Amino acid sequence: MTDSAQVLAAGSHFPPGIDSFNFRDWFTGLSDTALANVFTTLTFSVWLSVAILIVFFLWAYRKPQIVPTKRQWLAESAYGFIRNSVSIDLLGKQAGVRFAPYLTTMFLFILVMNFWAVVPGVQISPNSHIAFPATMGIIAWLVYNWVGIKKHGFVRYLKITCIPPGSPVFILPLLIPLEFLQNILLRPVTLALRLFANMFAGHLILLVFTLGGFVLLNSENLFIQSVSVLSWALTIAMTFFELIVIVLQAYVFTLLTGMYIQGSLVDEH
Amino acid sequence: MEGTLNVVGYGIAALGPGLGVALIFAAWITATARQPESAGITRPMLFMGFALVEVLALFGLVLAFALS
Repeated sequence: MTDSAQVLAAGSHFPPGIDSFNFRDWFTGLSDTALANVFTTLTFSVWLSVAILIVFFLWAYRKPQIVPTKRQWLAESAYGFIRNSVSIDLLGKQAGVRFAPYLTTMFLFILVMNFWAVVPGVQISPNSHIAFPATMGIIAWLVYNWVGIKKHGFVRYLKITCIPPGSPVFILPLLIPLEFLQNILLRPVTLALRLFANMFAGHLILLVFTLGGFVLLNSENLFIQSVSVLSWALTIAMTFFELIVIVLQAYVFTLLTGMYIQGSLVDEH
Repeated sequence: MEGTLNVVGYGIAALGPGLGVALIFAAWITATARQPESAGITRPMLFMGFALVEVLALFGLVLAFALS
């Protein structure tokens, strides 16, 4: 189904590189047309993630009850976790409730997208291509800048974000460009790159241990061949480690977006 | 011997973030051991600090591929 599966079968091409992330079109006839790279495992998992989230929440809230059913409880605790422990904690009661839907959607979407990294048969997250985290980073950038400009006005917003309170005047020429770079330009880049690089590295680690097992198995020496079992055991251990990273990165992305919004909403000093 | 020096470079670049992440978790464990009730308050700070330091190691990883 995927290129990496073919690589597995071939047993060659050991040090996995950037090529391991290129996916073949499902319909080979489309490869030279405008629809190239439209039907691949990656796009499929993105659409399926969206579908899972929409269908699950519509289904969970079909008949809301005061004593929640199991599925309603699951949906409510997912929303309540981000709403209470991230949104309201960071932004306060009023703004927290206002931004909770956005942050929860972001969290769950990234969570489901990342989760494809450990689903058998797919085993690659769409987030290991920079395009998807970059889009989410840009959305977060638009949101926190728009919120800040709407609350303070353009000039005052720039003043709040670029001039830390209580800094002496002589250091301002150095401080203002740095703060501008950090708070306006680099935030979406780091946000996207963190998520991307985590999923990229995770996929690479799994590939190294899986393919390394095959390389060891193909060697002539019996003792080296038996080490391949160890390599595959490490693949399994790393898959569990991936599970932690998946949840943590979705949480961190949401938390940082929340903190950026908090920084935009802060009152003037 | 064959291969690329980028890998060695990344190994060196991962030293600093590794120490940084270790310091952050050590500080959090110390704080939580002294005052267990504060765990909930400091946990977001833990993850934020962890994420900010960890990204430095990941920059190195991305650059090791991008510059090869």
